[in-house]
Amino acid sequence: MKQLLTMALRDLGRNRRRSLFSALALGIGLALLLLMAGVVNGEMEGALNSAITLQSGHLQVRSKTYTEDKTSLAFEDLVENPGDLAARIGQLPPVAVVTPRLFASGIAAVGDRSVGLRIVGIDPASPANDPFRKGLVGAFLAPDDREGVLIGQTLADKIALKTGDSLTLLVNTSNGDVDQQAFVIRGVFNTNTPGFDENTVLMPLAKAQAITRADNHASILFILLKDKEQTGAVAAALTSNQYDVKTWLQLNDVAVQTEQLANGFMYVLYLIVLAITATVIVNTLVMAVFERTREIGVLSAIGMRSSRIMTMFLVESGFLTIGGIVIGLVLGGLMVLWATVFGFHIGNIGATGLLISDTIHAHLTLSDTVMLTALTLIISLIASLYPATLASRMEPVEALHGGRG
Amino acid sequence: MEVVKVENVTRTYKVGNTETQALRGVSLTIENGEFTALVGPSGSGKTTLLQLIGCLDQPTSGHVTINGKDVSTLNRNQRADMRRASIGFVFQFFALIPTLTAYENIEMPLLLAGVNGTERRNRVMELLDIVDLKDHAHHRPDQLSGGQQQRVAIVRALASKPALLLADEPTANLDTPNGKVVMETMVRLNKATGVTFVFATHDPRVISYARRVVTLRDGLIADGQVTPGA
Ligand SMILES: Nc1ncnc2c1ncn2[C@@H]1O[C@H](COP(=O)(O)OP(=O)(O)O)[C@@H](O)[C@H]1O
Ligand SMILES: [Mg+2]
Repeated sequence: MKQLLTMALRDLGRNRRRSLFSALALGIGLALLLLMAGVVNGEMEGALNSAITLQSGHLQVRSKTYTEDKTSLAFEDLVENPGDLAARIGQLPPVAVVTPRLFASGIAAVGDRSVGLRIVGIDPASPANDPFRKGLVGAFLAPDDREGVLIGQTLADKIALKTGDSLTLLVNTSNGDVDQQAFVIRGVFNTNTPGFDENTVLMPLAKAQAITRADNHASILFILLKDKEQTGAVAAALTSNQYDVKTWLQLNDVAVQTEQLANGFMYVLYLIVLAITATVIVNTLVMAVFERTREIGVLSAIGMRSSRIMTMFLVESGFLTIGGIVIGLVLGGLMVLWATVFGFHIGNIGATGLLISDTIHAHLTLSDTVMLTALTLIISLIASLYPATLASRMEPVEALHGGRG
Repeated sequence: MEVVKVENVTRTYKVGNTETQALRGVSLTIENGEFTALVGPSGSGKTTLLQLIGCLDQPTSGHVTINGKDVSTLNRNQRADMRRASIGFVFQFFALIPTLTAYENIEMPLLLAGVNGTERRNRVMELLDIVDLKDHAHHRPDQLSGGQQQRVAIVRALASKPALLLADEPTANLDTPNGKVVMETMVRLNKATGVTFVFATHDPRVISYARRVVTLRDGLIADGQVTPGA
């Protein structure tokens, strides 16, 4: 066996440039796969994260008859006395934050244009609002502010308003009317998620309840957990016949399904890239087999069995593959590192249903790295079965003949 | 005792639609310890016969027996095992593995035969010594002359102590002095080890070394065998 390893290594050294290029091709292939996996995973994870922190939370508690798309303000569709319920839920150890939120649809009248909006009544004191505080220009809302709102950066750009400007809002109310009031923009928040920032207006919960006549009601209790993995357990603990409990998985089914679809596509892409790199390996080894026809004949003549000849070429391909994988891990690692730190700015891609950040940061998981490395290794070894079999099937007489002259 | 028995052997090559009858019914017996030349013009079937005796190929009809064992019907692996255990080859081209040193080339059949470390090393050095190439043990083939390469090839063929050494035109690519050294080496080894040597040639200078000459013509053994020097 040691002899086979020595021979394989020296054989690769015979045509250094060709070996290097083959390993490099494999390495570049693997590096691209790692980058693709990192970017797609980063994007999907980012989208899901935005959806959870901005919109769905890990869990929501709401009325059994509440439906998302209607933004109903009828009392039976809302949670009564949300503060009390929130206080009770907050006692559960896995719960990090619980805060009531009230949703209403509205319209901003700006000059002769009107823009459809989602009005969110928030408890300004809650740490659940940290994502809005982070990129805020201006002041955050005070709980007793009756005239102040916050708007998203994308919306601010769209309607050309800034902190301190006044904004007239038309808001649907619980009894089916529309109320109208002029507000002052206290600040402009930026979650780097254009799909969210372009249509969200925040105001204190008390004001939202007042203007919508929702009294002491909220649409949902927004819950963040210390650990996402606890979702199922906490959901089970909260389930009662009074309220509906929804998990982030149920609330973000579009994002989750998109992620699964994307993963499916990724597999197809992986296989295409690997098929190309495998072709390079096969090509290199087939050339090597034909160049060494006579040697194969000689080895066979001194009694080397076909299986051993086959092993010899597989070992050679193994070295080539390992070399390629090392190159791929280094190169891919650097590329992923760059994409993780700096990211790709994609701006507002106008995706609906997904909260995609304007900058994609790669996030490569260890399991993806291991899986892609193993996949590269396996596909490359399977591909090299062909040249190795070619070598082992050679009739010694033909092989000796083939190289003569 | 007979090492090789060839009975009514034919070998027909088929290339596309053309058939070439390389051997048309050859019978031949080679005794233990012989030093026999297979002669005849180019295309007469010398290589084909050596390949059949050497279990590299199978006859179209007839039987080849090595040490009493019929090898005409062995499968691929059995033939490889037979070659490894009982037969050494020397070719017209200097058939050393170019990535391996002289030492490693000689070691190869011993590795294949599973000979252990110390015994292997001793055997390789002993063989290198026989052909006076101890100083060249760690040279690669491209650092050796044609004559040196062919001497390494001869002792490699003898490494696993085969019953039979087959050489196909071993001097054809060598100049006269080197050809002489190679032939003298073979004669010496045949005497010293008792291994049976069969070599093909059409070089008259080489035929004179043989103790027995078998002449092939158009795939048949020609009458009137001469046995010079006997
Ligand atoms: N692999 C082969 N395929 C087809 N024809 C072959 C093959 N090997 C040898 N022959 C033919 O068989 C005949 C005998 O060849 P060979 O045994 O090589 O003769 P020699 O070694 O005496 O020159 C020749 O006519 C040659 O062309
Ligand atoms: Mg010949």
